Amino acid sequence: MVQFFIDNFPLLRDAFLKTLQLSVLAGLLALVLGTLLAAFRVSPITPLRGLATFYVETFRNTPLTVVFFFIIFGLPQIDFAVGFFTGSVLAVGLYTAAFVCEAVRSGINAVSPGQAEAARALGLTFGQSLREVVLPQAFRTVVPPLGNVWIAMVKNTSIAAGFAVTELTASLQRLSNANGGEILLVLAAVVAGYMLITVPSAYVVSRVERRVAILR
Amino acid sequence: MTDRPTGEPLVRLTGVNKWFGDLHVLQDIDLTIDRGEVVVVIGPSGSGKSTLCRAINRLEAIQDGEITIDGQRLPDEGKELARLRSDVGMVFQSFNLFAHKTVLQNVMLGPTTVRKQSKGEAEKRARELLDRVGVGHQADKVPAQLSGGQQQRVAIARALAMDPKVMLFDEPTSALDPEMINEVLDVMTSLARDGMTMVVVTHEMGFARRAANRVVFMDAGRIVESATPETFFTNPTSDRAKDFLSKILNH
Repeated sequence: MVQFFIDNFPLLRDAFLKTLQLSVLAGLLALVLGTLLAAFRVSPITPLRGLATFYVETFRNTPLTVVFFFIIFGLPQIDFAVGFFTGSVLAVGLYTAAFVCEAVRSGINAVSPGQAEAARALGLTFGQSLREVVLPQAFRTVVPPLGNVWIAMVKNTSIAAGFAVTELTASLQRLSNANGGEILLVLAAVVAGYMLITVPSAYVVSRVERRVAILR
Repeated sequence: MTDRPTGEPLVRLTGVNKWFGDLHVLQDIDLTIDRGEVVVVIGPSGSGKSTLCRAINRLEAIQDGEITIDGQRLPDEGKELARLRSDVGMVFQSFNLFAHKTVLQNVMLGPTTVRKQSKGEAEKRARELLDRVGVGHQADKVPAQLSGGQQQRVAIARALAMDPKVMLFDEPTSALDPEMINEVLDVMTSLARDGMTMVVVTHEMGFARRAANRVVFMDAGRIVESATPETFFTNPTSDRAKDFLSKILNH
């Protein structure tokens, strides 16, 4: 068993790092784009609201694997080719942005309307009141749901295994082919890899949640 | 107050109408508020007095008529409207202090984001204003740590930090415990004495008598009477106002 880990450590380590890299990059993309979409969804400008709603409904209701196919094999047909890794980041990030948007939007709706009203009465523009008053309060209430979105997203990166990215799930396929007798060990190693990312995240989320809690 | 207002119009509402669905909440409102004038708006609940107050800085959009502030028509949306609102201070019934910011930050937000003042300049002025309303020593607390009366005084300081041309008060003492009402009214009375133009929606008849130049009585979306406090309280002309006053003053 020890020998198995010594022999396969480099592959597992690289695969783990690849999953981590995919998760962090896609997560950042999803957070930024999702927040922007949420701002669009509550904006007074009708076309922006429509655009964001269209985006969310499209990505939320499409299986992630189909999004992967579209980005990696569909986009080259309209002369926009991306590599497997970049394509995977885009697929996971664009897909997850829809869920981030809905989580942030629910947070925005949970902020009392009087807060935005007071900001507008002071002369803040819509963007300023969102940035200075509404979003900082909204994020506090969406830390737990965003934590869930993040964990789901980390696991969703496994689909990249089907698109030539050697992350944890791809290493599972490879290792189990080579070590048929030790399949349980292989599984345990891969599951441990995912948990190494998600379990500490859950801890961080609960810490952040306590730190940012506001008195009302 | 004894000082007469300047006679120079600052806020003017002409033929203002508003509906909430089928409900005609503001009906043909004509009202002019002069610079330096303190107008107290009273009336039964549902009479449209809060809506009137909120229409002046377009927190409520009107469907018909015109509102001008200092000669400028209220824009419909966007940056122009924001600029105009920055000259109109507003104090809400439920205070609406920014929950995630300290008292000091609450007062500094408008001047730093809207007026682009430096932090130092804004902080100095914010501390002066907080001292003026008597909550200077609470500057570093968050709103939830303050009593209602203190929160409302901070809200007044926050509005004053923008050097508004006019201040709107939408039932500023209605959410307060009785023993805290006076501390807020005292601040408002001193503002009135200093010549601030004010529109105050309230049920505090003592404040109206003491500080108002004019009392506007509303019922069912209309302005029924508009008179000096002495005339209104001693000799109301409409039956509706007589009835209202008899209910609130005789106990």
